[in-house]
Amino acid sequence: MVQLTLPKNSRMVTGKTWPKPEGATNLRKFSIYRWTPDDGKNPRVDTYFVDMDTCGPMVLDALIKIKTEIDPTLSFRRSCREGICGSCSMNIGGINTLACIYGMDEVKGDVKIYPLPHMPVVRDLITDLTHFYAQHASIQPWLETETNEPAKEWKQSIEDREKLDGLYECVMCACCSTACPSYWWNGDKYLGPAALLHAYRWIVDSRDENTGERLDDLEDPFKLYRCHTIMNCTKTCPKGLNPAKAIANIKKLMVERAI
Amino acid sequence: MRFMTARKRAEGKGAAHSGTEHHWYMTVSSVGLALIVPTFLYIFGSTLGGTRDEVIATLSHPAVAILFGLVFFVGLEHFRKGAQTMIEDYSKGLTRRLLIIGVTVLSYGLTATSLFALAKIAI
Repeated sequence: MVQLTLPKNSRMVTGKTWPKPEGATNLRKFSIYRWTPDDGKNPRVDTYFVDMDTCGPMVLDALIKIKTEIDPTLSFRRSCREGICGSCSMNIGGINTLACIYGMDEVKGDVKIYPLPHMPVVRDLITDLTHFYAQHASIQPWLETETNEPAKEWKQSIEDREKLDGLYECVMCACCSTACPSYWWNGDKYLGPAALLHAYRWIVDSRDENTGERLDDLEDPFKLYRCHTIMNCTKTCPKGLNPAKAIANIKKLMVERAI
Repeated sequence: MRFMTARKRAEGKGAAHSGTEHHWYMTVSSVGLALIVPTFLYIFGSTLGGTRDEVIATLSHPAVAILFGLVFFVGLEHFRKGAQTMIEDYSKGLTRRLLIIGVTVLSYGLTATSLFALAKIAI
């Protein structure tokens, strides 16, 4: 059955409150989830104070400042710091988003930062995305063709190319899938919004010749039909994409070929 | 402990190649119920407080009897499939299978009982 309470060793306890920086007047309070597999202790929420006068505007700027100046043990993924790599996905103020493109002015009150929900935590804000990536790989995210490769290139009309807009931009940050209750309860079998958006990206690609097989592989009560159009995915996507629409389009194609 | 690759775990047992019929039935029956349930509720509401003869007279009308029959049949079939989806969402393994069997028995039983009761009144 679905688990509605956290196991004993996952319940959060109050953590350390780090001292305020000396002489700072414009302070912002950060409550950040901390857990390490090394000490066998329960997860805790540490409190940090950041001087906003010497900090950049994004949440990632504050996290980097905390790691550099206050607590070097704080762990989180980051790379491009401009919303392209999808590394710094985390739950900020109750919203799954990318810390690098989420402004601190968008958060009311204290900034509460947790890892992506319902995912195994590796350490602090870092979650284990192995299964998520394997699900993405399972939809075969590449061009599949039977026809002999053309001498120069696979051609595509401007109209067909436009069908990929709103799909190819996905950076696989996992914000959508980890915001989806269906993915929380049945993430082992349900592919989730991100993998399904990518699946649709290849289904709708005019150059791909594997459409039937792709639809065959998705036609399953769990892989596809666990989506109940909750729309959390679309609401939370930091890139402004619409995975719910992509899933609805896959369902439409399934019905079209059956009826 | 099973040493399994992440890809094998994600692929699982593959696709069941089913689910579209269930999805389409739920879509169509939702539209159908949205049309017939308000009429059903209006007629059912108007019979409340009436005498036994008045209620029987209303339900004996062929159009009303067919409408009520449709609401019971389509409604309970919609309930069965919807409840199955909910059970699949929140339970796993043997519990899931037993609950689905239970809901199926309950909804078929309710369908048969309500249609029998309706037939007895209407005919």
